[in-house]
Amino acid sequence: MPDTTFLDATELVLNMGPQHPSTHGVLRVILKLDGEKVIGTECVIGYLHRGVEKIAENRTYAMFAPYVDRMDYVAAVSNGLGYCLAVEKLLSVEAPPRAQAVRVTLTELNRIASHLLWLGTHALDIGAITPLFYTLREREEVLKIFEKYCGARLTTHAFRIGGLQYEIYEDFERDVNAFCDMFLPKVDEYEELLTNNRIWRRRLIGVGILKAEDCKQYGVTGPVLRAAGVKWDIRKALPYSGYEKYDFEIPTARNADTYDRYVVRMAEMQQSVRIIRQAVAGIPEGPIMAKVPKVIKPPVGEAYVSIEAPKGELGYFVVSDGSTQPYRVRIRPPSFVNLQALDRMCRGALVADVVAIIGTIDIVLGEIDR
Amino acid sequence: MAEEQKPETPAKPAAHAPKPPPAAPVAPWEGELPDSVKQQFGEAILEASVSLGQSYLAVKPEAVISVLEFLRFEKDFDYLVDVTAVDYPQRAERFDIVYILYSFSRNERIRVKTRIAADRQPESAVDVYLTANWLEREVFDMFGIRFANHPDMKRILLPDEWQGHPLRKETSILAMDNHWVKENLGIESGQ
Repeated sequence: MPDTTFLDATELVLNMGPQHPSTHGVLRVILKLDGEKVIGTECVIGYLHRGVEKIAENRTYAMFAPYVDRMDYVAAVSNGLGYCLAVEKLLSVEAPPRAQAVRVTLTELNRIASHLLWLGTHALDIGAITPLFYTLREREEVLKIFEKYCGARLTTHAFRIGGLQYEIYEDFERDVNAFCDMFLPKVDEYEELLTNNRIWRRRLIGVGILKAEDCKQYGVTGPVLRAAGVKWDIRKALPYSGYEKYDFEIPTARNADTYDRYVVRMAEMQQSVRIIRQAVAGIPEGPIMAKVPKVIKPPVGEAYVSIEAPKGELGYFVVSDGSTQPYRVRIRPPSFVNLQALDRMCRGALVADVVAIIGTIDIVLGEIDR
Repeated sequence: MAEEQKPETPAKPAAHAPKPPPAAPVAPWEGELPDSVKQQFGEAILEASVSLGQSYLAVKPEAVISVLEFLRFEKDFDYLVDVTAVDYPQRAERFDIVYILYSFSRNERIRVKTRIAADRQPESAVDVYLTANWLEREVFDMFGIRFANHPDMKRILLPDEWQGHPLRKETSILAMDNHWVKENLGIESGQ
């Protein structure tokens, strides 16, 4: 508890979770309440801790790659990309252009899938059931493309260190373009349901404000930071995988509240479609794997590489001692760091707003607890 | 890039390995930023280098917080990306503590590293960056490094009563606190 608790007539300590549908997994929040008003929160996490970083030290570089998919399991492709990029950095190799274009396509598709799941569950938390059915319907189309490409829908393990394992299938471009054509009007459909919906607006506007200054103090990244007006996206600031070649905007908003984060994520999905169209139109010919030895033994050294995951900055700090197993893999999960700002966003809000605020940070507990 | 084959840690015992593995080239980090940090802190800055295109400062443990303060307030490194540790049990100063910083205005990412002995308590960075709160708690949880003057120095991912720190190198991957598991889960072992 942030302040010392003294139980008098008006104060109440309430446990929310870990088994609570709106905590999106096994998050436990201890709320200190004065009536309906939140005066302090404490997060209890770790229920899903699997020791991923310890496992990394006991596996070879290639063997560890499937484990990262199990962290942010709704955006497994992004996780895999970050890990592959970090090991490639240590090896000083770069994936060939063909592999990069496919990587960008799949990663952006995954961003859309992740945002769709967020939108559906967030709306469900607020009390709107309909959007969930719509968003899961469209997400299914993305998962079908993943399944056709690599055989898996969620924990895809789509990339390999140095490039890709699989060549794209014959109708890949057609499927992706068909998805883009189908998807853009659907975004308008969601907006019709929500953007000007009176209940939606009353529940979200002015709730869970986190100004740009506070975002930086708490290290909060991703849509939460952009909704506070900071035009910062790693895809633009420190481009990787050829993102500098694509033409897209960084959507931002000004009010830094829950509603603006919704606006930013909706615009991000549209921008992702823009990137996907460019990437899939220009998949160059050539190899899909860079020259990577069969046994991966990076030279002694360390590297930190981060990518713009759907939830914010996802970083991998990998230390090599020159052997076949990483000496240390540190994963910097966006959800873990963003969740730390929950207390700041909840103070003074109502209990019902806590549900909205947890939803708006867009956390995945698999990534927080690792 | 020049192929310099020099190991990063020169004091490596060569007894078990006949030939040291190749190391990523390390070049001195030059520019306005490392110069001004060196000027400000002199001998407390042990190294300013670039490796694999990423720049880092190696700093004496007692100077870390003032270096972070300097970078935060004078050089505009306003975002603490990560705090983590690396365990080298054979070294006298056992742990590397790594701070990853980013500056929005300079669009630059750097690392600040320091080495501390197992019995030392490094100063907490919470007063400089609020982010450090949970990140340092995780370092404590996983490595048993206790940060001094931290507002809430307790475990974060593992249960409070858990014994042991899993990311220390001597901890086996199968090791667990059997007593805790028996007490709280009512089973002999979680394996």
